[in-house]
Amino acid sequence: MCLAIPGKVLEIQHDPQGVRMGKTNFGGVVKQVCLEYTPDVQCGDYVLVHVGFALSKVDEEEAERTYKALEEMKQLGELETPDLNSSPFAANGDSS
Amino acid sequence: MKFLDEYRDQKLAEKLVQEIQRTVTRPWVLMEVCGGQTHSIVKYGLDRLLPNEVELVHGPGCPVCVTSLEMIDKALAIAAQPGVIFCSFGDMLRVPGSHADLLILKSQGADVRVVYSPIDCLKIARTNPEKKIVFFAIGFETTSPANAMSVWQAKRQDIKNFSILVSHVLVPPSIASILQSPLNRVQAFLGPGHVCTVMGYREYEPIAARFHVPIVITGFEPLDLLEGTLMALRQLEQGRAEVENQYSRVVKREGNRAAVDLVNKVFEVCDRKWRGVGSIPKSGYKLRWEFREHDAERLFDVKEIDTKEPETCISGLVLKGIRKPHDCPAFGKQCTPEHPLGATMVSAEGACAAYYTYGRHLQSQQRQTASCETEPVSP
Repeated sequence: MCLAIPGKVLEIQHDPQGVRMGKTNFGGVVKQVCLEYTPDVQCGDYVLVHVGFALSKVDEEEAERTYKALEEMKQLGELETPDLNSSPFAANGDSS
Repeated sequence: MKFLDEYRDQKLAEKLVQEIQRTVTRPWVLMEVCGGQTHSIVKYGLDRLLPNEVELVHGPGCPVCVTSLEMIDKALAIAAQPGVIFCSFGDMLRVPGSHADLLILKSQGADVRVVYSPIDCLKIARTNPEKKIVFFAIGFETTSPANAMSVWQAKRQDIKNFSILVSHVLVPPSIASILQSPLNRVQAFLGPGHVCTVMGYREYEPIAARFHVPIVITGFEPLDLLEGTLMALRQLEQGRAEVENQYSRVVKREGNRAAVDLVNKVFEVCDRKWRGVGSIPKSGYKLRWEFREHDAERLFDVKEIDTKEPETCISGLVLKGIRKPHDCPAFGKQCTPEHPLGATMVSAEGACAAYYTYGRHLQSQQRQTASCETEPVSP
């Protein structure tokens, strides 16, 4: 129910009632989205959309920063010995 | 899709699980608040990747599930009236009231329509001036800006034949209620990412401090949920109890001010009854007096309805994280998504429905059979 998905704003205009709307692309599906709650959003920005309303601009810098931190953890992890069975101690039969 | 696919990376998920294994030294119970998170956890089997010490219990954050039976009966009574076009999100159609559901009413001739957004109802109202258009406005804080905007625009555009039947619920009072229960087992929360996109997370800070419980605002994709779990476990292991934000790509501490301002103009806080849980003080929204012309509860004379839930159903305990779906004797037998007995089975995001959809009722039956076969017969 609280499902919200990110989409890219392609075009911004006001509807006949004066409501700020944006044509938004969700992985190939294009829908009209209400942008009244995201007044700073520009064409090309990603927004998080719930029941036809953009609730937030997706902060691309923040997304990149946190994702990079995860990837660094992955790279650090790969430098470590994956598990005990492949350690030299296990190969020597020393499991104490 | 950008901002979705990268958060489903299997290798990164494995690394997060390893980091969780390194972090945990003793048993902990965590609750994910939101039904969307529960659905993701069960769909991707994330709870089964975690070490045995970490137990995830499933929270009350499915608004379809917790909409009270009385409110569903009210919706059905309004939808059955002549001259009404009753609009709803699709997931409310199959939720059973005491005697029927919206889909049954539709098959009997009622004008029940599924809409993608409440704002779509305004168009229906403009093109059907002789009808009364009612929208079933359920949801947590996430949905409140959309519902508030529909009423705000109806008033601004002088659309008199549009009203909403409000059954809004709020997260912070519900988690405070869980923590106050003498049976509570929850030691940390994965907070509701999309609720906090709207509201921010300032109101969770006094809860974390008062109950000394870590709350990590968390997203909905597998990597979000695993990272949120890791952040919560680090706090628990270090004895900290803070509000942290895992979902920083969309959630800000102050939330969306434009949305909160309009929600506060249109709605005010009220007591609300939760299906399976009971009444929680100050845990819902109702329309303010200025918007009474758009309040379906005032416009339609629907009497107070007295209802009774099936006695076998333990959904109240599941919603509070005290029991799991397979602890219920009716789970997957008398109670299925086609014939739900209670709150947690009525929507795909309910814990019982998620367990059923991803085959866990079959696995629990197999476990029971296996344990019967292997257990020695007592003399």
